[in-house]
Amino acid sequence: MAHGPATLADGWKAYISRWVFTTNHKDIGTLYLWFSFAMFILGGAFAMIIRAELFQPGMQLIKPEFFNQMTTMHGLVMVFGAIMPAFVGLANWMIPLMIGAPDMALPRMNNLSFWILPFAFAILTSTLFMEGGGPNFGWTFYAPLSTTYAPESVNFFIFAIHIMGASSIMGSINIIATVMNMRAPGMTYMKMPLFVWTWVITAFLLVAVMPVLAGAVTMMLMDINFGTSFFNAAGGGDPVLFQHVFWFFGHPEVYIIILPAFGVVSQIIPTFSRKPLFGYSSMVYATAAIAFLSFVVWAHHMFTVGMPIAGELYFMYATMLIAVPTGVKVFNWITTMYKGSLTFETPMLFSIAFVILFTFGGFTGLMLSIAAADMQYHDTYFVVAHFHYVMVAGAVFSGTAAIYYWLPKWCGKMYNETMGQVQFWVAFVGFNIAFMPQHFLGLAGMPRRYADYGLQFADWNMVSSVGAFIYGGAQIMLLFNVIMTIRNGKPVADEKVWEGAEGLEWTVATPAPYHTFAKPPQVK
Amino acid sequence: MLKRAQALFLSLLSLVVSLPALGSAVVETSTRQLNMPQGVTEVSQAAYDIHMVMVWVCTVIGVGVFGFMFYVMYAHRKSRGAVAENFHENLVVELLWTIVPTIILIVMAFPATTALLKVYDTDNPDIEIKVTGYQWKWQYEYLGEGVKFMSELNTSLDEVYGREPKGEHYLREVTEPLVLPVGKKVRFLVTGNDVIHSWWVPDFGVKRDAVPGLFTSGWAKTDEPGIYVGECTELCGLGHAFMPVVVEVKEEAEYNEWLAGKKAEAAEYASTIGKQWSAEELMVRGEEVYERSCAACHQSNGEGIPGVFPALKDSPIALGPMVGHIAVLIDGVAGTSMQSFADQLSEVDIAAVVHYERNAWDNNVGDVTQPLDVLNYKQSK
Repeated sequence: MAHGPATLADGWKAYISRWVFTTNHKDIGTLYLWFSFAMFILGGAFAMIIRAELFQPGMQLIKPEFFNQMTTMHGLVMVFGAIMPAFVGLANWMIPLMIGAPDMALPRMNNLSFWILPFAFAILTSTLFMEGGGPNFGWTFYAPLSTTYAPESVNFFIFAIHIMGASSIMGSINIIATVMNMRAPGMTYMKMPLFVWTWVITAFLLVAVMPVLAGAVTMMLMDINFGTSFFNAAGGGDPVLFQHVFWFFGHPEVYIIILPAFGVVSQIIPTFSRKPLFGYSSMVYATAAIAFLSFVVWAHHMFTVGMPIAGELYFMYATMLIAVPTGVKVFNWITTMYKGSLTFETPMLFSIAFVILFTFGGFTGLMLSIAAADMQYHDTYFVVAHFHYVMVAGAVFSGTAAIYYWLPKWCGKMYNETMGQVQFWVAFVGFNIAFMPQHFLGLAGMPRRYADYGLQFADWNMVSSVGAFIYGGAQIMLLFNVIMTIRNGKPVADEKVWEGAEGLEWTVATPAPYHTFAKPPQVK
Repeated sequence: MLKRAQALFLSLLSLVVSLPALGSAVVETSTRQLNMPQGVTEVSQAAYDIHMVMVWVCTVIGVGVFGFMFYVMYAHRKSRGAVAENFHENLVVELLWTIVPTIILIVMAFPATTALLKVYDTDNPDIEIKVTGYQWKWQYEYLGEGVKFMSELNTSLDEVYGREPKGEHYLREVTEPLVLPVGKKVRFLVTGNDVIHSWWVPDFGVKRDAVPGLFTSGWAKTDEPGIYVGECTELCGLGHAFMPVVVEVKEEAEYNEWLAGKKAEAAEYASTIGKQWSAEELMVRGEEVYERSCAACHQSNGEGIPGVFPALKDSPIALGPMVGHIAVLIDGVAGTSMQSFADQLSEVDIAAVVHYERNAWDNNVGDVTQPLDVLNYKQSK
């Protein structure tokens, strides 16, 4: 076994060098996770500003131009800074452990793909302090609002997006290379844990669509600085082209966010049901089907843009189809629990909440796919509610479940179960108070990205804000719980940690040693 | 506060009890509206109907799936002594829950298609109206009638910033609503002037993006006179929340009277354009126009927002020659968000606002801009 990692006892210099120059998948996973949590808090702070302003009608705390910067930055930071890196962090930690590999296939690139991220977000966040303010055109940055009419800081935004894209692409290539080349003997594809499967498929999605996003922002850059007219109608371009290019990236992107979450839940539910995952192979096929469909449904984000009816019908039918493989997954999870021996530890609670709330978000998604009804839903709070059910109760809940589930394996200490369950209930209740009323607001006619609203929307906005503050508080509890676990948690010695846990990651010592599987395990 | 909470709870309860009945309270601006409005046109009715079909389909499936799930969570818990079985596959069940949802979806595709066909049925209109989105107001042009006007928010900034109590119609009032007759099929041709906006009237079921360089179309035909309020639904900059849509549907006779009045107004305006205006008249009118059309960016105090919108106070353009100042308003400034106001403001309004900008906030240029100066500049191009 090689030498261990530098600790604080070796001095600051050695300790900092360890983290900056590390090529160890566990260290890099840890870096990703802490970074994404920091971004989660930052994006959450933006959300708190938004909800505080929307607490009452009228402009009380901030001006509309700053409000628009907040909605934009909240979206960008949460999608690119919090959720995506969190799952890359989990992938780094868990994929080598799950497939019996000593490390990722491309460890130096792994280091690079993490360390460019803080710079990307430093650049992005610094735009808020520039003259003219930061990006204020929504996280979807539709041209020409984001080109001709954008603040000057848009060039920094474009550069930041380019860096994030490069980081994601490198991370994905690494995951694909690792899974294809470094599986332990006997670990065939159809024996891989579902988390690995969902991540491989996600990685292919990322490699396919991140360059499209890079293309979109590069065309913006040309339009803004070099006199081209890709998106400028006055110069012969087409603003709608931007939306097609953006959503060709953007729709797969939402599956990039949710597929690893599916993977996490597919690990946790069998553990606490003490029963193997039901329908493993159909889970794999359903994941692949969802990934494929995600490429051919993008224009359902654009039903009001004036497409010909044939286009609308095609995108409506294709979108409705996604309900089939998604339904298969939900049925599989529930059937996994059926005739199991269930216990409800914190990771299980978050996973069950995931299944319920994600399915609810799926129902509203199905409603949104119906083009004629979407004419009423589009760009209202109904959409905001829908995607927060999928992104927050989906991706964030499953990420939280993953932290509670694997934290004992990572640091060799058990979190406080009572505190975990309290945190779950605060998060669950706060989330629903925040986002359920937004369905009503949207149906009653409140558009999204509104800095101010008429008096008829006052009541539900106030309720929603209260819920958002509660949900925000739950994240502080999570942070507190994690830090308390690392500092004074009860030590765990059992390799399995959880009674029903299955898989290679539970065969290594607890806490997981710095280097694992120097000799590949045999998988039967 | 407590009363409000009670009312909220009751309205939630009523949602559970009588979902379909809720939509019938048309045009009500109730703070407790929970569901999509049924509206007053065929299209809005079609959207509402398919929406309700989906709500019920999802509710039934949801109750079934979650009901089963809660049963499992109750019955098969370890604390009740449940012992895990080991099955993990069942081809029949798996095929069944793939095929059955597919069939449900295929069945639902029929009403969904019919509803969409209705949305797209824009042929053979009786009246055509061009709707243009500007930052941050709407322009309505009655094609073939020679009637065209801007419709802007009529709520004061004092109400927005809490310096005055908010009125009953806060953010739901405009300077001049779109006026339509009952019983006529109206086609809306929607486009944008600067960025993308989206023109939405929920009670008509019409939401069409206003994209620069493109026309999108929607239609409405209603038999119910009334005032219908909508919104801009595509992020269009800092005034996004402040450009409501207000439509007034009148009986046909009243509509014709209104239209004749608008035509007469246009004719009368043409005759007053040559009039000499006094500096005082121009200042008063100019301030009104400025507050409505300019202050959102350049601010009421003329100091702009540093780095985004330039100050007009002490600006070289406002202090420079009058023609250059007029040119900025008529032509806009390419590559910036300063748009052309040539089609948005009348010659009188442009003259008034130029005069105001040159003489307010200690700019004190002292010259007087007349509508004829504006007209001359327009014609010289």
